[in-house]
Amino acid sequence: MDSVAMEETKRKGINPHKFALWLGMGSIIMMFTGWTSAYIVKHAAGNWLEFGLPSMFYASTVTIILSSVALHLSYVGYKKQRELMYKGLLVLAFILGVTFVVMQYQGWMQLFDMGVDFKANVAGSFTYLITAAHAVHVLGGIAAIIVAMIHAFTLKFRYTEKRKNRFELVLQYWHFVDLLWIYLLLFMLNTK
Amino acid sequence: MANIATTYDDDLLIKELGYNDHFHDHHHGDKYQSGFISHYIFSMDHKVIARQFLITGIIWAIIGAAMSVVFRLQLGFPEESLAWLKPVLGKWIVIDPTGIGTLAPEFYYALVTMHGTILVFFVLTAGLSGTFSNLLIPLQLGARDMASPFLNMLSYWFFFLAGIIMFYSLFLSTGPFSGGWTAYPPLSALPQASTGSGTGMTLWLVSLTLFVVSVLLGGINYITTVLNLRTKGMSLWRMPLTIWAFFTTAIIGVLSFPVLASGFFMLMMDRGLGTSFFLSEIFIEGQALDRVGGSPVLYQHLFWFLGHPEVYIIILPAMGLVSEVLSVHARKPIFGYRAMVYSMLAIGFLSFIVWAHHMFMSGVNPFISNFFVVFTLIIAVPSAVKVFNWITTLYGGNIRLNTPMLFSIGFVSMFISGGLTGVFLGNSTIDIQMHDTYFVVAHFHIVMGVAAFFGMFAGIYHWYPKMYSRFMNETLGKIHFWGTIIGAYAIFWPMHFIGMAGVPRRYYSFDTFDAFKHFSGMNQFITIAAILVFFVQLIFVINFFYSIWKGKKMTTKNPWDATTLEWTTPIEPIHGNWPGNLPTVHRWAYDYNKDEREFVSQIVPLEEGEIGDH
Repeated sequence: MDSVAMEETKRKGINPHKFALWLGMGSIIMMFTGWTSAYIVKHAAGNWLEFGLPSMFYASTVTIILSSVALHLSYVGYKKQRELMYKGLLVLAFILGVTFVVMQYQGWMQLFDMGVDFKANVAGSFTYLITAAHAVHVLGGIAAIIVAMIHAFTLKFRYTEKRKNRFELVLQYWHFVDLLWIYLLLFMLNTK
Repeated sequence: MANIATTYDDDLLIKELGYNDHFHDHHHGDKYQSGFISHYIFSMDHKVIARQFLITGIIWAIIGAAMSVVFRLQLGFPEESLAWLKPVLGKWIVIDPTGIGTLAPEFYYALVTMHGTILVFFVLTAGLSGTFSNLLIPLQLGARDMASPFLNMLSYWFFFLAGIIMFYSLFLSTGPFSGGWTAYPPLSALPQASTGSGTGMTLWLVSLTLFVVSVLLGGINYITTVLNLRTKGMSLWRMPLTIWAFFTTAIIGVLSFPVLASGFFMLMMDRGLGTSFFLSEIFIEGQALDRVGGSPVLYQHLFWFLGHPEVYIIILPAMGLVSEVLSVHARKPIFGYRAMVYSMLAIGFLSFIVWAHHMFMSGVNPFISNFFVVFTLIIAVPSAVKVFNWITTLYGGNIRLNTPMLFSIGFVSMFISGGLTGVFLGNSTIDIQMHDTYFVVAHFHIVMGVAAFFGMFAGIYHWYPKMYSRFMNETLGKIHFWGTIIGAYAIFWPMHFIGMAGVPRRYYSFDTFDAFKHFSGMNQFITIAAILVFFVQLIFVINFFYSIWKGKKMTTKNPWDATTLEWTTPIEPIHGNWPGNLPTVHRWAYDYNKDEREFVSQIVPLEEGEIGDH
């Protein structure tokens, strides 16, 4: 169906795909709730290794926030039909996203050098598990950005409702993994 | 317009009052139906996917039930030779020099474990809510398909893949997982703990992780469809109770299954990567395990945070189906429609705050147990509301005692019998005596096993014409019903007594327990009943498959004189459900015997002066 017909018969209310994405986010939140609750329980039970988070985790936090901002501005660029802003910032967001995952890896290396083993104490196990599970969800977001880039660079630049909706799906998920990381970082800082 | 209300024609009404939304328009248009593969195998049509779920569920049910027959033989007739099972079970039947064949104990545990896993997840979750959510949500809401037909297809194929992996694990030389369907560590966490804990458990975990993906993809789709794709006029308060049930079920699933996944990932790390989330202070193979600091109770919390909502994921769809069938075949509006909805939502909410009643004897703090006792007992309130409303729906009705109706009434009977014993078990003090006995087995089999099956059977017999445009044989259906209800009570009623005497579940044999000797007769009785019920189910299977091709043909669109939208679609199902416009809805789903009219379809506009809804 072409965009004109889509426009005419657009459903009232929210787009079902977007709603489905939110439900997906809800289930991801529940999975992390499972882990953070287990974390709290084990922390309270004692035998918990105390350690500070590696500095790389703070740097990566800045990176993923910048990536979110870049993707958002790219979206604004798309809506205002500024092709260069849209494409350029999309690539920037992608690069920053990949950088985030690399920095997380560096963070794990730092953590290991600090003497926090993956197996030795459950505190370390939880830190690796939670950050790694988050990184996997970021990789999912990176895959979505790659699809968005393929659209951006292979399709003729044109503003359509359908493409805007698709972009919004990517954008919302990307903001979601960003906020999820900030939450997890604050959580780990506060339950030390 | 004025005469429409008295004599009306569905097609005309839909044509004149309907509308079209273009949400499901395809680029490829009608080519969709052309290919065999795209139509029957990788189908994106919700009606085909529903039948895929159903038939896969039936196959799993036969496998799971056959397993129960084998372990019932061991429990009922421990002295008899099982050598005749050797061709099927191979090395798991050990034949001694005198020719007596006995079931290998480790395989007995594997059978019990697989029976639970298969029935709970593959049959009563995927086979029940997968089938009917798929079939009825778009049809009863007036949608052309699910919000995302593609994710819907993936949902089935993830389930299929999970099934293939679990099926494969049955044939491992070390056998499938054998540590109970709840997969508690350390049996599930240490590959060396038992024969089934190695590859069997690995495949169990992989299979169920894929199953979680399937449930999430399905559930997200169901919720989105219910909230976004209802036809014009179909307000939430006009939805049939089936839809409310599937909707609540899907919400529970989307919120609880991810927590199971998080527990599974930790278990995988304990198994493969050497962490100690759930392991501590264990001696195995003669030496101390080098893991410290873990807690098996932590796993139990994560497991039962899904595990308890899971039983409502199983029973709520059955409740929805039964509510609808009772109302249609009693020719009466459902009694207390809103109370039914609120009680379902209440059950859904409470299901999340009662999980530790499965763990009263696991070493959780008894003061915390009190909290869980209170909320567990409160579930009796919405459950009783529902039972009361079902019975009052029947009262004074113009009842058609056909097979779907019989199974619905059977459901109510089972739900009462099994529910009452739940009140006992919900008390942490009584649980000291009852936990892990056959009393528990009897309770949950009746209330969520047999009852859920009855809801499923009611749904299958009732909506069979909608699935295959034919009817199932009524006589065979009635034989199936009476055989099943009498047989199921014969199996599970005696178990209450055995359980009250303290006989523990999951035991391979009671040879060394003098106190339980006098139950051998009762165990034989149960086993004989179980075998008979198994063969009665085969009558259903034959009826089901025979009727697909040879059943009595459906000649009218609305054979039950029902009000809901699925009965306004053509007899031969089409992709997109309605050939032209989508129907618009003008009233609630339960206008039976209203103002001298036998029934009024939801698509009929209100007459002048008529008071709508309820």
